[in-house]
Amino acid sequence: MFIDTEKWQEIFRTLGQHKLRTALTAFGVFWGIFMLTVLLGAGKGLENGVTNGFPRVSNFINIWSQGTTQVPYQGMPIGREILFDPGDAAAIVKNVNSVSLVKGQNSIGIWGGTPPYTVYKSKNGAFAVQGGFANIEGIQALRIIKGRSINAFDEQQRRKVVLIGQRVVEQLFSKDEDALGKDITINGISFTVIGVFESLQRGNEQQQEERIYLPNDTLRYAFNQIGWVDNLIVVPKPGVHARVAEEEAKKYLAEIHKVSPDDKGVLDSFNLQDEYDKVQGLFLGITVFSWVVAIGTIFAGAVGVGNIMLIVVKERTREIGLRKALGATPASIIAMIMQESLLITAVAGYAGLVVGALTIEAVAKMLEASGGNSGFFSNPEVDFQTALMALAVLIAAGVLASLLPAAKAAAVNPIVALQDE
Amino acid sequence: MIRLSDIHKYYRSGEQSLHVLKGIDLHIQEGELVSIMGSSGSGKSTLLNILGVLDSYDQGSYALAGHSVTNLRETQAAHLRNKFLGFVFQSFNLLPFKNAAENVALPLYYQGVGRKERNYRAEQYLEMVGLSDRKHFMPNQLSGGQKQRVAIARALVCKPKVILADEPTGALDSRTTQEIMSLFKEVHRLGNTIIIVTHEPDVANQTHRQIYLKDGRVTTADQVHLQHEAVAI
Ligand SMILES: Nc1ncnc2c1ncn2[C@@H]1O[C@H](COP(=O)(O)OP(=O)(O)OP(=O)(O)O)[C@@H](O)[C@H]1O
Ligand SMILES: [Mg+2]
Repeated sequence: MFIDTEKWQEIFRTLGQHKLRTALTAFGVFWGIFMLTVLLGAGKGLENGVTNGFPRVSNFINIWSQGTTQVPYQGMPIGREILFDPGDAAAIVKNVNSVSLVKGQNSIGIWGGTPPYTVYKSKNGAFAVQGGFANIEGIQALRIIKGRSINAFDEQQRRKVVLIGQRVVEQLFSKDEDALGKDITINGISFTVIGVFESLQRGNEQQQEERIYLPNDTLRYAFNQIGWVDNLIVVPKPGVHARVAEEEAKKYLAEIHKVSPDDKGVLDSFNLQDEYDKVQGLFLGITVFSWVVAIGTIFAGAVGVGNIMLIVVKERTREIGLRKALGATPASIIAMIMQESLLITAVAGYAGLVVGALTIEAVAKMLEASGGNSGFFSNPEVDFQTALMALAVLIAAGVLASLLPAAKAAAVNPIVALQDE
Repeated sequence: MIRLSDIHKYYRSGEQSLHVLKGIDLHIQEGELVSIMGSSGSGKSTLLNILGVLDSYDQGSYALAGHSVTNLRETQAAHLRNKFLGFVFQSFNLLPFKNAAENVALPLYYQGVGRKERNYRAEQYLEMVGLSDRKHFMPNQLSGGQKQRVAIARALVCKPKVILADEPTGALDSRTTQEIMSLFKEVHRLGNTIIIVTHEPDVANQTHRQIYLKDGRVTTADQVHLQHEAVAI
């Protein structure tokens, strides 16, 4: 059917004979697909913009104890202060199935105390100090820009090494001085700088870049926090939703610390995945909305095509009647009408797709040129899959648009059509 | 070639039903040149449409070239029309955006004949109707008589068994009518079966058999002739 060049020549000729009509019809479809592409591209830009504001690895849970017990339990009195033991982390990994990794976190000047004085040569500053661990980058949303991160040996051997934010570097070191390998003193204890990081926490960059990370056990032993762990970072097993791991880890912690299951106020926690899911839901909403609007537009275009094709069929009733009298089968009439409107929708829709994609690209270029992506909008793009989807919608619209007119054409009664007035 | 027996046709519109053909028996042999006459509204066109497999009938039987024509699907009917029948209309019904040769070639398109072959055959038939010098003319560049010649060429191009013409000279002056009738007679001499519906006795008299429809029935030619004569006297 599609290699029947004669048929296509015939179609091109009929369309060519009615240029204005063809052009108007085509424009409706063009506009629909254009809108779809632009909307989806813009939606993607919005998504990219907001996603960039989130840490790359969001799949972790933070659990802390926030006070004293309020409910008596197993003979224990109320008013007990719950502190996590340094051994809790290992115990959770061992006993809670949904959890793959647990790390304790202590600090000076974040969850208690004041930021200690840090000194390098003649310069000094007060920076919060936080316990870290291997692979800290994903969870704390930071990027090593110099040197290396904390590794497992640092943790095991409680090495006196620190990872410092770039604002710490600015305050402690002169411009031409390399911080790597230098020893800085925190509260009188000396540590070696192994790496410098920049923050990826949108909106919290300054604060984080004024922070110093060191292996948590190093911190505990150096600064007299040997007996407890302030809070826990829990990473769920792959495929487990953070909320599940969160609940199970908390339940286990309550058990080993003899906290009543009803004592909800003691253990508190948050997981970013919940927030992340909310935002994902928002994007889904945006995408669905874009599709609804755009499909609406396409359908309006398709209805336009259908309408015009109906008029065309009406105008050509006599011709169709004659063709039938000369031996045209209903199928050949249907094919004739369908091919005409499919051709219009396909060509016009493809043009809409291309122009839409070009527009999106132009906007992306302009954004880049104008000093990058503003807060909530970056890298609008139309991916291949979206284009394919749009094409599918388009073809469906084309078929739908031509169904009714084609049926009308096939039902033309040649006797009536050929009647002399 | 054509055998009708006891054909009845009703037109229904709402509650009312109009009995247009009231039992037509008709036998037309291969190679006949026949005319159908009758007053306006007597059912001539209705009959011709049934013969042309464009319309259905309510009762009776119809055999066309040995094929029974009853309860056909649309597609079958289309094939039958394409293979066995050629139509000539009062108002020519040429497609205005196709030139003479393309109009003639159109039925061949629905037979799946290739373009070259189509053009070749179309030119042959245009030559036969004396219009080989006009093959690239558009219909609006042709006179009424010329248009009808193109239409006749189109009716012939598939080598049909029967040619059906509904008042083919109704829109033409008497001289052109004569030319077209000459063409029909020539086509007939080549062995074609032709049925012409007409109001004009001049036209009917040039056919070999006249069939008169009156009140939905075929009346014998003689009776009507007698009536005519009686009126004349
Ligand atoms: N589609 C239709 N619906 C209802 N009645 C119809 C229809 N077609 C024809 N008729 C009626 O059937 C009768 C016969 O019509 P037909 O067209 O066959 O007459 P005719 O002999 O060809 O007349 P004319 O010489 O004027 O062409 C007429 O009374 C007409 O009103
Ligand atoms: Mg009539």
